Amino acid sequence: MSAVYGNTLSTFPDYPAEIRAPHDTVAGVSGFQVHIGSDDVRTPGDLCDLLVAMNPAALKANAQWLKPTAMVLVNSDAFDDAALEKAGFTSDNPFAELGIEDRAIIAAPVSTLTVESLKDSGMDRKAVLKCRNMFTLGMACFIYSRPLDYAYDYLERKFGKKHPEMIEPNRKVIFDGFNYASNIQAIPNTYNVAPSGNRPKGRYRNISGNQALVWGLLAASEKSGLPLFCGSYPITPASAILEELAIHKSLGAKTLQAEDEIAGICTAIGASFAGNLAVTTTSGPGLSLKSEAMGLAVMAELPLVVVDVQRGGPSTGLPTKTEQADLAQALYGRNGECPMIVMAAHSPSHCFDAAFMAAKLALEHMTPVLLLSEGFLGNGSEPWRIPSMADYPDIKPPLVNGALSEGEKFHPFERDPETLVRRWAVPGQKGFEHRVGGLEKNHEGVLSNNPQNHETMVRERAGKVQRCAADIPALEVLGPAEGGLLVVGWGGTYGHLLSAMEAVGDSASYAHFDYINPLPANTAEVFGRFRKILVCELNSGQFADYLLAKFPGKDIVRYGKIQGQPFLVSELVEAIKREI
Amino acid sequence: MATLSAKDFKSDQQVRWCPGCGDHAVLAALQRALPMVSSALSYDKERYVVVSGIGCSSRLPYYMDTYGFHSIHGRATAISTGIKVANPWLTVWQACGDGDALAIGGNHFIHAIRRNIDINVILYNNHIYGLTKGQYSPTSKFGAITKTSPYGTVEHPFNPGSLVLGAKGTFFARSLDVEMELNAEIMTAAALHDGCSVMEMLTNCVIFNDGAHRVISDPEVRADRTVILRKGEKMLFGKDRDKGLTYDGSRLKGVRIGKDGQNLDAVLVHDPTEDNIGLQMALADMKGPDFPVALGVIRDVADVTYDDGVRDQVKSVMEKSRIHCVDDLLLSGTTWEVK
Repeated sequence: MSAVYGNTLSTFPDYPAEIRAPHDTVAGVSGFQVHIGSDDVRTPGDLCDLLVAMNPAALKANAQWLKPTAMVLVNSDAFDDAALEKAGFTSDNPFAELGIEDRAIIAAPVSTLTVESLKDSGMDRKAVLKCRNMFTLGMACFIYSRPLDYAYDYLERKFGKKHPEMIEPNRKVIFDGFNYASNIQAIPNTYNVAPSGNRPKGRYRNISGNQALVWGLLAASEKSGLPLFCGSYPITPASAILEELAIHKSLGAKTLQAEDEIAGICTAIGASFAGNLAVTTTSGPGLSLKSEAMGLAVMAELPLVVVDVQRGGPSTGLPTKTEQADLAQALYGRNGECPMIVMAAHSPSHCFDAAFMAAKLALEHMTPVLLLSEGFLGNGSEPWRIPSMADYPDIKPPLVNGALSEGEKFHPFERDPETLVRRWAVPGQKGFEHRVGGLEKNHEGVLSNNPQNHETMVRERAGKVQRCAADIPALEVLGPAEGGLLVVGWGGTYGHLLSAMEAVGDSASYAHFDYINPLPANTAEVFGRFRKILVCELNSGQFADYLLAKFPGKDIVRYGKIQGQPFLVSELVEAIKREI
Repeated sequence: MATLSAKDFKSDQQVRWCPGCGDHAVLAALQRALPMVSSALSYDKERYVVVSGIGCSSRLPYYMDTYGFHSIHGRATAISTGIKVANPWLTVWQACGDGDALAIGGNHFIHAIRRNIDINVILYNNHIYGLTKGQYSPTSKFGAITKTSPYGTVEHPFNPGSLVLGAKGTFFARSLDVEMELNAEIMTAAALHDGCSVMEMLTNCVIFNDGAHRVISDPEVRADRTVILRKGEKMLFGKDRDKGLTYDGSRLKGVRIGKDGQNLDAVLVHDPTEDNIGLQMALADMKGPDFPVALGVIRDVADVTYDDGVRDQVKSVMEKSRIHCVDDLLLSGTTWEVK
């Protein structure tokens, strides 16, 4: 609604791993955070202006995020003794217990009012109560001066085809909620968040990270002329990628829901051998299972995009929470010397470009690419200026063309001397019959145990990945071009770091890495201009360790957070100021 | 299309299996069968892809002058599936052993069968891990003494036939490495079958499990201890073809013609195309000493294939959709203009 209205925004769903977590318990609370503004909004925000709590547990779980000036809207019907007790309150005044009595508290009997609103609808009570969120949405629309038309349009789209009978009741409840809020004279302040005035002109849409990632892959398929194949196994929070791609068979994409993670990547490797743009998508534990097959793709030198939407680990960890702790696994988690291109998306909409580039690099350099996303990015959404495919480059995989001359044999692992990339002979072409596989081979494609050959091939495979640096953009520095402190981030911390840097001002500079292996070619030169590097990441310092290994002796310090939650801008500002 | 011969399928690589290994004969049968398949289906050589996992038999792709993929342990079936779905025009052959397909790769194996993906799987079954030098496999006999079971195994083996039929496989055949003619015949039938064709080849490992199948393969006893099933033919066996299989209403029975009032009329006629799995399952399960081991094509029924399904669904959605390019996609749904 706010996106269409013209605001900038950022969203962040935060929910437990259980499908039906125990009702009314603090651990079972699901939340959805939305940050809207007229100017650039880059994060879902640290503290809120309005907290909507549909039960005491939700209030308890989220009271810590209230601004001193915040409003709290609660469904008073849900604040009975049993629910208060279940949420761990010991008195009948939860606001006092939480120390938030001074906030503007709007206790509305939302359930009762919804029942009243729909008393003539003929719907049963259970169905009626399902509409109560819409009542609070109506109230929120009043508080934030949102035109209701956008909400009505949404109802049309949501229910139009399958449940048209649900449109009218929901519309009525939103309308009644809006009017209730305007009539009770209990709302201390309302907001008017004007449409953004300084956004680049163009056509916009709202997009989530997982959706953008799929669309980026489809764009790469179009630009390379190769059909897209995705072999994946469902896993939180990556499943939405497979789901989204399954919708878009209209663009020729094939999806295969495999029997397990290993089959997901192996079917993709088979599809790559057969000439498709092949992709497998997963999250941390799934990436572990795919390790051996990633090594096969490295060895067979086949293009492949492996997407890891990171979640809290290790093991099953925190399936629905965000983290950046798979970096070390992405870089090193395979047997043998097994380098892959590793890159990261930095915002929900950037998942489009990141996926496009991952596919481009994989196809043009004949190597698997590991693209790191994060639960925070995959589930989060933001408005996005719709690009035109005319502005994207063609993708040119090194496919063999023409016939071999009489007596000539195709040597699958002969390399371009400059890029070290081998040529791709897709099965079905006469005369190019050859074998690939996991065993070490020589340039001719013949099995080889020769000691020198192994060293040559290991070095060449690594060199091929390093030479991709020529095709990736240079590292940019925001703020002063040289000085004392360079703040460094990678992946989904971008929005928070950018906001923090605005608060810090010119006393530090900032560089964000979208490419991790290889690093941008100018990294050493950039680092040379600063006395100290502060690496901020949602783990205990994996990128910092990597950089220390690359730049020994450099003063590289770290700031990490390992709570399954994104950074807060405020804590980043503090951390940065400490190092200035 | 040029006429192909066995020689066209031989690569320039030296074959490195142990002398006397059953894998040599299966390779020869495949090189003999593929020219027949090519001529029956008008396939050029570049249409073939040979895929394998890990194990002795998985070296096969190097010895075939076709496109080949020697993958990783257990995963051949998943690689084959990806190749076939990506390009259904290719014809995919797969080599895998009993350890490769039924232990580490068991999951992919049953799911390829369930999906009925149109690939041809040669399952080399020598009841042992050969390449790792002699540990028991999921098809080793109960009590088998091997390097990892010095006191005998205490686990039951899989019968690949019942596994395939249990997963509602559409094609299952069994043979012995030494049955060259029959093997080429089975491979041709497998190629003509649309769907997942599993060919169990009972192979001998001369080093670690020599004589594993001797009890049925020995020339002296083979005719009496195996029965070759062919479509429309009576299930007769024995050196003098005087033994047959009948069905007494609840189970199979081995009978001798002319004895105990048994005559030829009661002997069953094999129908691999019968959809009901019951009798085929009983045939696949037969073992000595009461029964001969069934060889030949045991089941060959028509059903929709996964690769066709995926291709056709994509085609039909593409025809109906209003989204024809990525620009269409980007502009679909709710968008708004910032002026």
